[in-house]
Amino acid sequence: MDMQAPAASRTTRRARGLTKVYASGEVEVHALRGVDLELAHGELVVLLGPSGSGKSTLLNILGGLDTCSSGSVLFRDQPLGAMDERMLTAYRRRHVGFVFQFYNLIPSLTALENVALVTEIATNPMAPAEALALVGLAARLGHFPAQLSGGEQQRVAIARAIAKRPDILLCDEPTGALDSTTGVLVLEAIEHIHAELGTTTVLITHNAVIAGMADRVLVMADGRIQEERRPPRRIRARELSW
Amino acid sequence: MRPLNRKLLRDLWRLRAQVIAIALVMASGVGLMCMSLTSIEALGDTAEAYYERYRFADVFARVERAPEQLAERLRLLPGVEAVSTRVVKNAVLDVAGFEEPVIGQLVSLPDDPASALNQVALTRGRLPQAAGECVLAEPFATAHGLEPGMKLRAIMNSHWQELRVVGLGLSPEYVYTIGPGALMPDDLRYGVIWVGGKTLQAAWDLEGAFNDVSLALLRGASAEALLPQLDQLLARYGGVGAIARKDQLSNWFLMNEIEQLKSLASILPTIFLAVAAFLTHMVLSRLIAVERSEIGLLKAFGYTDRAIAWHYIKLVLGIGMVGIVLGCALGWWLGLVNTRLYAEFYRFPFLLYAPGPAPFVLASLASLGAGLIGALGSVRAAAALPPAEAMRPPAPPLFRRSGLPAAGLLRGLDQPSRILLRQIARWPVRSFATSLGIGMAVAVLVSAMMWMDAIDHITDVYFLQAQGQDVTVGFTDPRPRSAERELGRIDGVLGTEPLRMVPARLHAGAREKRQPLQGVPARQQLQHVFDASGHALEMPPGGLVISTMLAQLLGVKAGDLVEAEVLEGRRPRLQLPVAATFETYIGSPAYIDIDALNRLMLEQDSITAVQLRLDPDRRQAVFRRLKETPRIAFITLKDAAVHSFHDTLARTLLIYVSFFVVFACTLAFGVTYNAARIALSERGRELATLRVLGFTRAEISYILLGEVGLLGFAALPLGCFMGYLVARIMVGSFTTELFRIPLAIQASTYAVAMLIGLGATLASALLVRRRVDRLDLIAVLKTRE
Repeated sequence: MDMQAPAASRTTRRARGLTKVYASGEVEVHALRGVDLELAHGELVVLLGPSGSGKSTLLNILGGLDTCSSGSVLFRDQPLGAMDERMLTAYRRRHVGFVFQFYNLIPSLTALENVALVTEIATNPMAPAEALALVGLAARLGHFPAQLSGGEQQRVAIARAIAKRPDILLCDEPTGALDSTTGVLVLEAIEHIHAELGTTTVLITHNAVIAGMADRVLVMADGRIQEERRPPRRIRARELSW
Repeated sequence: MRPLNRKLLRDLWRLRAQVIAIALVMASGVGLMCMSLTSIEALGDTAEAYYERYRFADVFARVERAPEQLAERLRLLPGVEAVSTRVVKNAVLDVAGFEEPVIGQLVSLPDDPASALNQVALTRGRLPQAAGECVLAEPFATAHGLEPGMKLRAIMNSHWQELRVVGLGLSPEYVYTIGPGALMPDDLRYGVIWVGGKTLQAAWDLEGAFNDVSLALLRGASAEALLPQLDQLLARYGGVGAIARKDQLSNWFLMNEIEQLKSLASILPTIFLAVAAFLTHMVLSRLIAVERSEIGLLKAFGYTDRAIAWHYIKLVLGIGMVGIVLGCALGWWLGLVNTRLYAEFYRFPFLLYAPGPAPFVLASLASLGAGLIGALGSVRAAAALPPAEAMRPPAPPLFRRSGLPAAGLLRGLDQPSRILLRQIARWPVRSFATSLGIGMAVAVLVSAMMWMDAIDHITDVYFLQAQGQDVTVGFTDPRPRSAERELGRIDGVLGTEPLRMVPARLHAGAREKRQPLQGVPARQQLQHVFDASGHALEMPPGGLVISTMLAQLLGVKAGDLVEAEVLEGRRPRLQLPVAATFETYIGSPAYIDIDALNRLMLEQDSITAVQLRLDPDRRQAVFRRLKETPRIAFITLKDAAVHSFHDTLARTLLIYVSFFVVFACTLAFGVTYNAARIALSERGRELATLRVLGFTRAEISYILLGEVGLLGFAALPLGCFMGYLVARIMVGSFTTELFRIPLAIQASTYAVAMLIGLGATLASALLVRRRVDRLDLIAVLKTRE
């Protein structure tokens, strides 16, 4: 498939011929079967696809959590595959923001402290309260996760992910555990952050509606990118519903 | 195999490291308990068989001189089965190649040794057949390298006489052999010698007479009932009071040791089993929390609450079985080692170490009980879980800002430290129990190592500070003061001090205690009457200065009157006021001013022993002279007494302490490892999230192990305090008439205990650290807890 690549100078990650094979006993699972991908600065990409299509694997490799079996991912001309454990940790620490389906907040820390957890180890972070204000939680700083709703917890997670000013924000099914109304609130937060900070954002979902808010949509199936499309106009998150 | 049982086996296998950690703690408790119980059984059985086989007497009495015909009258006393008479005398020996004076207790053998009481168990050679032949106590012979065929000399009633060794042996009377004034066996300087024929009778002009009698009683007869009649009969022959077997020196030590083992069998294993119960609780609670939805599912399928409870109880029994098997094997081996160690001090011709099932069954039941008690709460919770609720994830833990009392302390801390502290504050009971568990390890170490401090302390106070003499020379009978001056004239003797020892029975109301009166100078120069607090006491002109132990036994205090029934000479009954009491670690002595004592006895300057201070360069010359001096019953060298007390005990204690170091490490390891593994299991997702967020392995290890480390540090002072308490309890339970163990724990003991506890904690934390490195970072992104 002919991929429309962004201009090389604006590229933040470049993947070539990515494959990932999980060997489990005698069974080999091909999670990725040759993926080429370039991500441009500041674009919001939605990875769409059913379960098992390889989108999470791709996200994990881009985020430095997993390594590919063959192919390469370049970040600032450096292949992630050549990095050791220590360098990958530093890569995640400085450059990547993660948002998970199940929020993964630390239950023993308040909203503010959950964000501070990351800003403390970042080089040029924003103030934790500022990050929480960006996601509309300025009034909930002192609450522990158990005192917040699912949508609020996910927004804390987003604030935590962007407070260090990462150059890429990776969101794995961020609305997967939420109802439609709350999900929209979370997407609004992501949209707002993207608009404010211009962070390159990759959002995984199997919900086709969400694709409407993307600059670019990549549809994955069977370990490959089957389709790439650019919606004619981005739909505002608040206009989405499912 | 039923699927649930299969699950059980797989659970045990999956949790194997934790199972082993708990099982090791249990095994330590079981092992210690088995060690004590099997040793008690072995010592008890061996003593009983030995006593029976070699006809150990039930009652013993010493007289000055009694005619053989008296034996017939004694045999007619009610309850008496057999009577053996003999001559027993102390003598200075000359053993080739040994410069220092050696004291032998010479014991005459009857004409028909096969029917006598207190028979000699021959280990080599034969019994004496002719005059001048002897059998040596084996430990004494071994210490000097003496063998059958060799000779030694003894001063018998002022005359050197040669004795030919024809055999080596042991006797139920001398299982524990200590010389006069000694606290520990010293086989080089004191030994028992059985002499054949009428050698001793001839030497001490005791033909047709005896000075020592032993009686065996009929089954069911009471020794206590016999003693007054016996004393009455023997009084006119110079009897100094008969004693029952329970007060016979060697047997008293042996039985006392068995009693102390009994308290050891209860105190320390309890600590280990309590910790095992706590660990079982911790691990099972976590397992049940993880298996919540499975429990709900099983119940939805129709499994009863009872079946669920039984499933988890079987898991505990499984852990318990591992602990029991390890513990019983360990206990069997430790019991053997322990019994053999005892055999170094308690000499038996054979050792019956064939423990029956009882100690093992008892220890196993105790440990299973502890495991089940620990499991009770969580098993009940599992059984009570409603299926619908069980299948939902548990409510997330609710943290509160007010969770820590000193919430202000958190300000200024980084987030990982806050996680760590809030975690502790969120589960205060569990955190405290973890600290308590690690603290127990420190406590076990303190309570084991305090024995070393105690013997150091006793050595310092009792020997080094209180005793300024180098040698104590005892006479066979009271001598005039000139005997002291004679010894003082020996070249190399720098100073002397007299001692008058009068055998007596002290009465106060209905209570009585056999305790010699020790007459010492009002102001002692060499051997001081020393209070445990470190003060030398002066003797008041009239009145007794008695140890607090004696005051306690007699139920008297300063100012009360004590009646002393003197058991020699004119046998006066003296009314003596208690002038003062003092604390001492050894014995229950009663002191009185020597001049006052002589006046009361209507004697002129009589003495029975002399303390000597020697010129260190002329010791050998003095010893040579002393060996030639007649009428000496014993010579005690302070150096040798200190050495045998301190070094022998220290060597033995070191073996025990090393056992306890291993046990304590097991304890600290078991607690730390399980605490860290459970924390890892509960918070693996949290830690993996942190890793994804860019935290390094070291940083997340800080959160996980920092918590355990902090609890470990908190455990140190707690452990020292508990160690002090356990030591106090042990010291209390080891108190006897003969010994009081001082509670004198040194700062270094606490320090070493804390270091070892910390080391074991660190080692197990590092083991868990390896698992932190293998956290699955991807799984956490996709799973709800």
